[in-house]
Amino acid sequence: MNQAGFPLLSMLTFLPLVGVAIILTIRGEEAVVASNARWTALWTSLLTALLSVVLWAKFDPSDGGFQFVETAEWLPAWGITYKMGVDGISLLFVMLATVLTPICILAAWETIQSRVREFMIAFLVLETMMVGVFASLDFVLFYMFFEGVLIPMYLIIGIWGGPRRVYAAIKFFLYTLAGSLLLLLAVLAMWSAAGTTDIPTLMTHAFSPRVQTWLFLALFASFAVKVPMWPLHTWLPDAHVEAPTSGSVILAGVLIKMGAYGFLRFSVPMLPDASQEFAPFIFAISVIAVIYASLVALAQTDMKKLIAYSSVAHMGIVTIGIFTFNAQGISGALFQMLSHGVVSGALFLCVGVVYDRIHTREIARYGGLSDRMPAYAITFMLFTMASIGLPGTAGFAGEVLVLVGSLKISLWLSLLGGMGMILGAAYMLWLYRRMMFGALDKIDLKGILDLSPREIAIFAPLVLLTLWMGIYPSSFTGFFEASVGRMVDHHQAAIGAATKLAGVLR
Amino acid sequence: MLFAVAVFAPLLGSVIALLLGRAIGDRACQAVTIGCMALASVCGVTAFVTLVYGGGSPGVVSLGDWIQAGSFHTQWALRYDTLSAVMVAMVTFIATLIHIYSIGYMSHDRSIWRFFSYLSLFTFAMLMLVTADNLLQLFFGWEGVGLASYLLIGFWYDRPKACAAAMKAFIVNRVGDLGFAVGIALVYATFGSIDFTTIFAAVPAHQGDMYQVFDVSWRSFEVIGVLLFIGAMGKSAQLGLHVWLPDAMEGPTPVSALIHAATMVTAGVFLMARMSPLLDFAPGALEIVTIVGASTALFAATVGCVQTDIKRIIAYSTCSQLGYMFIAAGVGAYQASMFHLLTHAFFKALLFLGAGSVIHAMSDEQDIRRMGGIWKLIPLTYAVMWIGNLALSGIPPFAGYFSKDAILEAAWASHAGYAHYGFWCGLVAAFLTAFYSWRLLILTFHGKPRADAHTMAHVHESPAVMTVPLILLAIGAVVTGFAFAEQMLGHDWMAFWGASIQLNPANQVLHEMHDVPELVALAPTVLGGLGIALAYLFYMFAPGIPAFLGTRFGAVHRFLLNKWYFDELYGAVIVRPLMGLARTLWIVADAQIIDGMPNGVAGLTADGAEQIVKVQTGSIAHYAFAMLIGVVFLVTVYLFIR
Repeated sequence: MNQAGFPLLSMLTFLPLVGVAIILTIRGEEAVVASNARWTALWTSLLTALLSVVLWAKFDPSDGGFQFVETAEWLPAWGITYKMGVDGISLLFVMLATVLTPICILAAWETIQSRVREFMIAFLVLETMMVGVFASLDFVLFYMFFEGVLIPMYLIIGIWGGPRRVYAAIKFFLYTLAGSLLLLLAVLAMWSAAGTTDIPTLMTHAFSPRVQTWLFLALFASFAVKVPMWPLHTWLPDAHVEAPTSGSVILAGVLIKMGAYGFLRFSVPMLPDASQEFAPFIFAISVIAVIYASLVALAQTDMKKLIAYSSVAHMGIVTIGIFTFNAQGISGALFQMLSHGVVSGALFLCVGVVYDRIHTREIARYGGLSDRMPAYAITFMLFTMASIGLPGTAGFAGEVLVLVGSLKISLWLSLLGGMGMILGAAYMLWLYRRMMFGALDKIDLKGILDLSPREIAIFAPLVLLTLWMGIYPSSFTGFFEASVGRMVDHHQAAIGAATKLAGVLR
Repeated sequence: MLFAVAVFAPLLGSVIALLLGRAIGDRACQAVTIGCMALASVCGVTAFVTLVYGGGSPGVVSLGDWIQAGSFHTQWALRYDTLSAVMVAMVTFIATLIHIYSIGYMSHDRSIWRFFSYLSLFTFAMLMLVTADNLLQLFFGWEGVGLASYLLIGFWYDRPKACAAAMKAFIVNRVGDLGFAVGIALVYATFGSIDFTTIFAAVPAHQGDMYQVFDVSWRSFEVIGVLLFIGAMGKSAQLGLHVWLPDAMEGPTPVSALIHAATMVTAGVFLMARMSPLLDFAPGALEIVTIVGASTALFAATVGCVQTDIKRIIAYSTCSQLGYMFIAAGVGAYQASMFHLLTHAFFKALLFLGAGSVIHAMSDEQDIRRMGGIWKLIPLTYAVMWIGNLALSGIPPFAGYFSKDAILEAAWASHAGYAHYGFWCGLVAAFLTAFYSWRLLILTFHGKPRADAHTMAHVHESPAVMTVPLILLAIGAVVTGFAFAEQMLGHDWMAFWGASIQLNPANQVLHEMHDVPELVALAPTVLGGLGIALAYLFYMFAPGIPAFLGTRFGAVHRFLLNKWYFDELYGAVIVRPLMGLARTLWIVADAQIIDGMPNGVAGLTADGAEQIVKVQTGSIAHYAFAMLIGVVFLVTVYLFIR
């Protein structure tokens, strides 16, 4: 059936739910339940991560099509099937989700003390949904997972969040839901036009240009909120600020990638003419996102908000890259998403470290931490530099590839999009300086402790990934090179056909 | 192989010192980093000698794939040719001396392991920069140098000024880097590759390529040249992006020596030389290079004349000397700019370390107004400072004489119209350079002691770990000039440089510069002598004159003292407006306008719901009436619209 010999993707997707079932059966005193729930969640997520390594090892990077495809009858009368599969583009996102989840569970080990069982359940359900989003090959299935993500995330923010958690959770929910309704409409429209919701079939279906425009707008509404693109971004800082650390990590690391993934999987390949037509518009709001969000980040006094705004800026680079429609731009966007997943996740964890100790996210309440926390200082510096896009760290390859790709469109696009290089350095170094440098004169900081072994265990894989992605990025780009090449060819062929058709008609 | 060892040994030392520094202690860290540096410089110098004199052949050491996307391929690779070999030999040698010197200078510091780790990291980044085989790896070294300088300038991170200077250095450099990065992208768009070998081979084929900017077609080469030069301006502190360099003085003195001599500011000049096969076909870009370089040379020299911080004066002299190097590159004499880079590296490292020795002796005093009368107390430092200043002022037979003269002769000999601007600016700057050098020398060492008695009692010559590097550098500042002048710039320059510098066949400036009039060749030296004489007059024999001039021309003096008000200008035009805009965007645009809409909708919904609640009265009569309206409406629609 597929090269794994067993339904690997379904197992990956639903294994976390098995963990949920086990956690649900745990009975006993609260402390015992909490501890068992933690361990079960950790082992489940580690097992899932291990299983995803099999996926990674057996994947054939030279094949640009879908692999590990599984199909099962679902609603045959409606042309809807249960279909799973990954290509080079989605594979690494599956990996990202499975690798970040155990890290998040570890990060929540001590910080989450109330309703531990429910928290762990929410997180495992979230993992199922995330893997499902990236692995499904049927639009209806995708839609279910895509929306399903909302529920556990809503609960994670709304129950375990900070003081304004209810406002933030509802804002998060409503924003994404509003977009999703239009996504549902688009699914229905596509289904009625093509008679199927099979993603590979839809990719080859030629929608008429007029329909494409409407479909594009509907998809755009949903994905742009998720990315989030300017000016639909304001839910993100609020959600980040109120979410617990592990919630922020998964939100920045995986959830906001789903929007950009949607553009790559649906908008660009299925609606090539509309994508081409809307590209200048996307460039405009992406450039605004980069500059605007960077400037706003510069003015922040709250660490988490600062990093949240930096995410908006970084995702602006991603959307520029996607809509350049060339191999460098799209590869750069993909790489930027992966590196941002690792790096911004790590930065939120860095914030979590000091938040757990001092219980404030106010930057002004810190200063001079380098003295007492040298290991933390080095770790934080590494991720700061990766966020700035220093060559040799994860952040570089994606940024430079998008720059190269966008220059083929226009010098101004790459210069203005590249403004993030300068402003990013400004807000990150300014943050680092206010927190880590200076004299240590605040009394409550004098006794602050350096990283604990658990925290080192959390950061170690992220540090390794950050350096690996910086020094040897081709081991990642190699996975999606064939798929990206196929996508670019497909796009050019579609555009070429459309212009030819126009020529004939004229 | 030797070459790879020379590049990676400093990295090894840096990583060991950083990760194990606390465990193995300061002594061991110093031993490891200096051991690695010594190994690197032995390998580096050997590699240079083998290539140039031992009949070695240039080549590329491939290390593995880096970034790949579609046709965009980059590799980790070390390029071994004369240009990189000269730089590797010079950088490793000088950096080793600075490491050794730091044992003495930093002996009282709290985190010595960190300092040595950063120093080695800095060296490694520069070595990656000069040995890069493609533009992106050069950019890797370029940014690595930026990171290391940020860490070292802000080494004393508990001092707010040091932190500010470090951030300023990084961010100002980033402005240039953006230009550089976009330049790399344009090189790729033009040539389909960013490997030096491929680019240079394809230069003739792409000469006529055009690129649209501002709806005007420009030759691609010109646009590339300008973008790369913007990068070079940032790193090499040229006028406009120079503001970080003087502030970088907040770092420990050995760091200043490293930044100014071997590992950072020369990167831009090196980039010009490395890209010479392309730049030589971009006359428009070269014109900008010359004009900016010449203006910088003059600007920095004028500012240097009135500064009172010993390190700041030397910093401005670096800025000014870099301007010379860009003049040379701009008129097509890349060899001369590399030559000046080499001699400058020796005498500038010497001057900074010498200044460090003075500061060390004066109990951390840096203001030359509070020095004086110490030359008998620290004779060795005094002697090497003399040598350094003689070299800087271009007095024969010291190193700077050969290289500076060559640059001015080339500027005179060049046929380009703008080259004479470079010549005249350079000539005036030569006079000013000599003047401020001797002003520094006289105020620091001569006259009556102006420091307090306590400081004066402690004035002492530095220990041997500091003086031995000084002596070695002093020897370099004397001999590098006549040792290399003929090889690097003579009619037979091809034998030395090999294929590492390839020029437009029309560019004959290196031959023509040997035929300039006697007067042109002599002028810089004569003006240098006059500058020295003027300094003696002002500061030794008639100290009333500078004070009188200072008050008589107060406005000019303040203008120079405040460095032409660049910092104030940037603060008023860029930094403060941007910060204000940032706050406005956040508080007004984000929180009120963008968030106002959904919050407003939410409010509207809530209010609407409250109104609708009132309709739900619970009275069946009301509901029946509402139903009736509905039925009437539906029937109407059904009857009339169908």
